[in-house]
Amino acid sequence: MLGIVRQKMLEQSLKKIRPAVAVLRSYSSAAKQMNVREALNSALNEEMSADSKVFLIGEEVGEYQGAYKITKGLLDKYGTERVLDTPITEAGFAGIAVGAAYYGLKPVVEFMTFNFSMQAIDHIINSAAKSNYMSAGQISVPIVFRGPNGAAAGVGAQHSQCYAAWYATCPGLKVLTPYNSEDARGLLKAAIRDPDPVVFLENELLYGESFPISNEVLDSSFCLPIGKAKIERKGKHVTIAAYSKMVGYSLKAAEILEKDGIDAEVINLRSIRPLDRSTINDSVRKTNRLVTVEEAFPQHGVGAEICACVVEESFAYLDAPVERIAGADVPMPYAANLERMAVPQVEDIVRAAKRACYRSVPNEAQHCWEGAASF
Amino acid sequence: MALSYLRSSSSSSANLKLLSSAVSIRRPISTDTTPITVETSVPFTAHQCEAPSRSVETSSSELLNFFRNMALMRRMEIAADSLYKAKLIRGFCHLYDGQEAVASGMEAAITKKDCIITAYRDHCIFMGRGGTLLEVFAELMGRRAGCSKGKGGSMHCYKKDSNFYGGHGIVGAQVPLGCGLAFAQKYSKDETVTFALYGDGAANQGQLFEALNISALWDLPAILVCENNHYGMGTAEWRASKSPAYYKRGDYAPGLKVDGMDVLAVKQACKFAKEHALKNGPIILEMDTYRYHGHSMSDPGSTYRTRDEISGVRQERDPIERVRKLILSHDLATEKELKDIEKEMRKEVDDAIAQAKESPMPEPSELFTNVYAKGLGVESFGADRKEVRATLP
Repeated sequence: MLGIVRQKMLEQSLKKIRPAVAVLRSYSSAAKQMNVREALNSALNEEMSADSKVFLIGEEVGEYQGAYKITKGLLDKYGTERVLDTPITEAGFAGIAVGAAYYGLKPVVEFMTFNFSMQAIDHIINSAAKSNYMSAGQISVPIVFRGPNGAAAGVGAQHSQCYAAWYATCPGLKVLTPYNSEDARGLLKAAIRDPDPVVFLENELLYGESFPISNEVLDSSFCLPIGKAKIERKGKHVTIAAYSKMVGYSLKAAEILEKDGIDAEVINLRSIRPLDRSTINDSVRKTNRLVTVEEAFPQHGVGAEICACVVEESFAYLDAPVERIAGADVPMPYAANLERMAVPQVEDIVRAAKRACYRSVPNEAQHCWEGAASF
Repeated sequence: MALSYLRSSSSSSANLKLLSSAVSIRRPISTDTTPITVETSVPFTAHQCEAPSRSVETSSSELLNFFRNMALMRRMEIAADSLYKAKLIRGFCHLYDGQEAVASGMEAAITKKDCIITAYRDHCIFMGRGGTLLEVFAELMGRRAGCSKGKGGSMHCYKKDSNFYGGHGIVGAQVPLGCGLAFAQKYSKDETVTFALYGDGAANQGQLFEALNISALWDLPAILVCENNHYGMGTAEWRASKSPAYYKRGDYAPGLKVDGMDVLAVKQACKFAKEHALKNGPIILEMDTYRYHGHSMSDPGSTYRTRDEISGVRQERDPIERVRKLILSHDLATEKELKDIEKEMRKEVDDAIAQAKESPMPEPSELFTNVYAKGLGVESFGADRKEVRATLP
């Protein structure tokens, strides 16, 4: 009781500060800024306002205002019938949400992190993804499963896994990975409007990051197409394909590479399933070199799928083997120095891009080939 | 044996009945809705609630419908057994014969606006919801005329237009899904309920208790129906459950134990449960029932129970025989009339099988349909993606 009163007082004092900040903003540069958290919150708000069938369900989404404050203010606005706090029972509440979707409602399920989605994975795969197929179209499942995915900072092995590859394997699911605020708004709105089950993989460390945002993106009808990647940076020497946080790292790597005369094209995948194979292949056919970047475990990952697809479709265009940058093949350690080694860093992406561009750059693997190709 | 007595609504209709029996003119048996009161085989056992009365109101027309529906279900399942042995049905086939009273009795207590969801022993539930024999047999044989166009199989029959949501292969998953249906019904203010069916094997699933907890917290109109046929595949209930009193397992949620072989007891319990759930939230019904077949067609059903036990239940508790005796003792139809109904059901089944056999297998292009409701023109692949690719509609 007291906690709620305290929180309301804090909110009221914040409300007093905010208008002043907004005034300041309008005097600065024309481009508006929005962080990913605000982007997601505004998308949820608009979609709930537009369609009374949309409701939120998950742990701490209501009174706590969201474990990561993504659902802040929505309980106050839409009430307890549409913003539902659940007990800590993922299998139960995910199953309930899928059942509600069978009936025709549009649940947005929050997993506090996708690590906990494993408790409910049977409902995501067997109850949601496959139902439209098994029922020959009678039962469609317009549900969204969203939440932070992948590594955070110092949260250890059980709280750091990326599930993009796992969910993207399954036909019947759509898997989206927003990077910036425009992605967050456009893809979440598209996901909520989509009649199929969507796994929406956010990133905790991106929630607080601000990005410039246009008026078009701010419009309540704004929506991004599902299954289309975006070329964040055009280039001609090497393609770097990444998703989520690694898009930001890839853009930084591209700036560094530019100084060395390497013009990198950075693709923001946005959608892991459907994977935008044509954008990836078109880019590789232009640059002839590819680096894939993901934070996830390397084996059977998104990079492996991209590599296979490029080898199948554009083999003749490749001038170098596909390079793959991924998380280390170990459970996530806690110690800061080990953690740093367990996730890709900007310099890893730079090094891989250079390898893809200069075949004569010496490295371990190169020594093996030198012997074979000595004619 | 159950006590039974005739009660007429007025003395004039009593006179008419005397007159009609005197001159052997009987009203058409299928349309007579004069109320008859019958007592259930045993009283209900209640947990955290007051049991409903064991006096059930029925009518000649209802009893004959029960007989007809259950005879049809029985015949359908036995025919499926033969089709499976003839290798026209592949994979899994879980038969419901013995349990017909649960499917029939439930339908008599509810409407098609109420939802039902069950596990894989779903053929008869599908029929109860208004499905046709052709849709079942064609689905079992993987043909186009099947209820899921041949793409689901035995375990995945659905009929959304009468609120039957399947047909689920993962044990226990259907219970949270059913509670979700109830949530949606409450959200939409439909004043309807959901019956989520599960077996004694599924009764120990953790997700069941998770869903029940949420349903009780949120007062969802969910009725959890444990079809206790006493064996979870090959494991008897006493080997699987520390507490096999499934109607009590809801703890804070009320429960009722019902003779699942007595169609009128099932109807009464479901009627009671629907009224309860709409006002007070979730309730558990434990249907004490029995399956004559093994767990599935791969299971002879005799390695973990004796043949004497099976034949004993058939002798003492068969649901169809029970209704036959009721009909005959109340003089609602003759033995011959009932045998004729059974013959008619047999013919319907045979005709449906013949029709189903004519139905072709799905078009190869159906491999790629219904993956998504909205395919977005995305590409999908066959085993050799350089040979077989498709754009998803």
